[in-house]
Amino acid sequence: MSAPPPGLAAVEAGFAARARLRLVEPALALVAVACFFAFPDRHLLMAEIAVLALFALSLDLILGYAGIVSLGHAAFLGLGAYAAGIVAVRVTPDPLLGLAAAGIVGGLAGLATSPLVLRGADLTRLMVTLGVALVMGEIANRESWLTGGADGLQGIAMGPVLGFEFDIVGRVANAYALAVLVVLALLARLVVLSPFRASLVAIRDNPLRARAVGIPVNRRLVAIYGLSAAYAGVAGGLLCQTTQFVSLDVFGFERSADVLLVLVIGGTGWLYGGLVGAVLFKLLVDALSSLTPQYWHFWIGLILVVLVLVGRDRMRDGARRLVGRLGPPRTAP
Amino acid sequence: MLTILFDGIAYGMLLFVLACGLSVTLGLMNFVNLAHGAFAMAGGYATALLMNRAGLPFLLTLPFAFGLPALAGLVLERILYRPLYGRPHLDQVLFSIGLVFMAVSGTDWALGSGQQFIRLPAWLQGRAEVLGVPVGLYRSFIIVVCGVLVVALQLVLSRTRFGSRLRASVDDPRVARGLGIDVGRIFALTFAVGSGLAGLGGALGAEILGLDPTFPLKIMIYVLIVVTVGGTSSIAGPFLAALLLGVADVAGKYYVPSLGAFVIYAVMIAILVLRPQGLFARAR
Repeated sequence: MSAPPPGLAAVEAGFAARARLRLVEPALALVAVACFFAFPDRHLLMAEIAVLALFALSLDLILGYAGIVSLGHAAFLGLGAYAAGIVAVRVTPDPLLGLAAAGIVGGLAGLATSPLVLRGADLTRLMVTLGVALVMGEIANRESWLTGGADGLQGIAMGPVLGFEFDIVGRVANAYALAVLVVLALLARLVVLSPFRASLVAIRDNPLRARAVGIPVNRRLVAIYGLSAAYAGVAGGLLCQTTQFVSLDVFGFERSADVLLVLVIGGTGWLYGGLVGAVLFKLLVDALSSLTPQYWHFWIGLILVVLVLVGRDRMRDGARRLVGRLGPPRTAP
Repeated sequence: MLTILFDGIAYGMLLFVLACGLSVTLGLMNFVNLAHGAFAMAGGYATALLMNRAGLPFLLTLPFAFGLPALAGLVLERILYRPLYGRPHLDQVLFSIGLVFMAVSGTDWALGSGQQFIRLPAWLQGRAEVLGVPVGLYRSFIIVVCGVLVVALQLVLSRTRFGSRLRASVDDPRVARGLGIDVGRIFALTFAVGSGLAGLGGALGAEILGLDPTFPLKIMIYVLIVVTVGGTSSIAGPFLAALLLGVADVAGKYYVPSLGAFVIYAVMIAILVLRPQGLFARAR
């Protein structure tokens, strides 16, 4: 109690220091552009990575910053994918409009289901989020006049995006996915570096105390859940547009579990965790499935078990020491 | 109508036997074990393989269906699960999802992805008329076996010294430890018995639920519903929840097949939102 509390100026300086662009951030963008030109035959894989990275980023918003463990985040991915697909089939082939629709549908669904995750402990949240994804999957299966049911939504033909036609090797799809990812990551960066993030972390670490210092806990959680769902919706829209196909497995449990793994590989509570995790995960799956096409999930499971037993923190600390001071802004306290 | 009720009760009993191990794991150590279904699958496969390859009769395989998963549970608890008590739920979820993935792919690799069939002995096939209601013989067999198990579990929990120690550990592990109860050993034993019961449930249910490598994923959701809706503070809660779920599922599939499992999931969400501690939990 001897030291005076830091004044407002000090707090603001702290936020400004956090917000400064680190060296590694433009470097990441450069690497992405370099990969785009260096591996012309892997465009489709890169587009997949971009989609997965965006999906992981959306999960990180609620898991890393607000501490909500979700087993059903695929619900919003699936909604976004179907929204984009249905817009493309029935309304307009314009990709950007479809993407906007995907984001809006995902976000609205997130806001609508957010009251469900406000109550209860981790286990209840797990079950409720899982249940929401299952209900969405059942609805999509039943309303086959709209979604194509078990056959999947077919006949999606995308129009040109800003004048570029989608091609067969996926050049445009890849560039488009990367561009969307960069724009949304920058947007998320603004959110994550704001005082809003600080209040979320406070809620994550101690909800009771956060409420006591005057943070509107429920409103904040609803806001971040809606935002995260909108991001997941956009990721789903991208998935649909780059593959030009949607099937019921977008709601599947494996999707939700895989994205958790992606996030854990890359590290939670860190803006680029989803990106790093998505790259590592996709390369890993690519390598494993060329090794054992049918049983790669076994090795994924083994990696999960080892990762948890060794300890996520220990692994992350090792990586952080390696990266050293070049590291992008850490947002964990 | 009565037949549906009867089938539903058999199904619910089965679900309870599958789930009761998990309810103790969750209640006692607060461990989210999504891999519980893997033990059930182990039991199912033990029965299927012993019958089809070794030619043992159905009844003789049931002790193996209990014993092998129990042994596996005991070993895994010692080696893998124990370090994770008290870790964040996210770690436990990831860990047990990893185990499920390994179990699913491993079984697929070792035994093929096809459905395993269990040929029931002749005296369990067919139907009989009881008071004018046609009932399946195998389902009545399940009800009898599971009913005996439920009564036995209840007696063990409420009448024996082990039961009172277990209840003490569930209520307050710290105080129980302070009284000289070896909570760790009690938990290891309970974990093994719970895994064994799941295996027995898997063996009994192979005929009704179908048995293939994705069994742990399919059963996971139902088992979790039973535990979360029933609450973890008593044996009666999950039991009633399992019966409710069984009857609702069978009736739903019979009367409104187009709705599928939609109603079950929606009702589960509603219950959990209204009563996060479960339907039959004591107020704390």
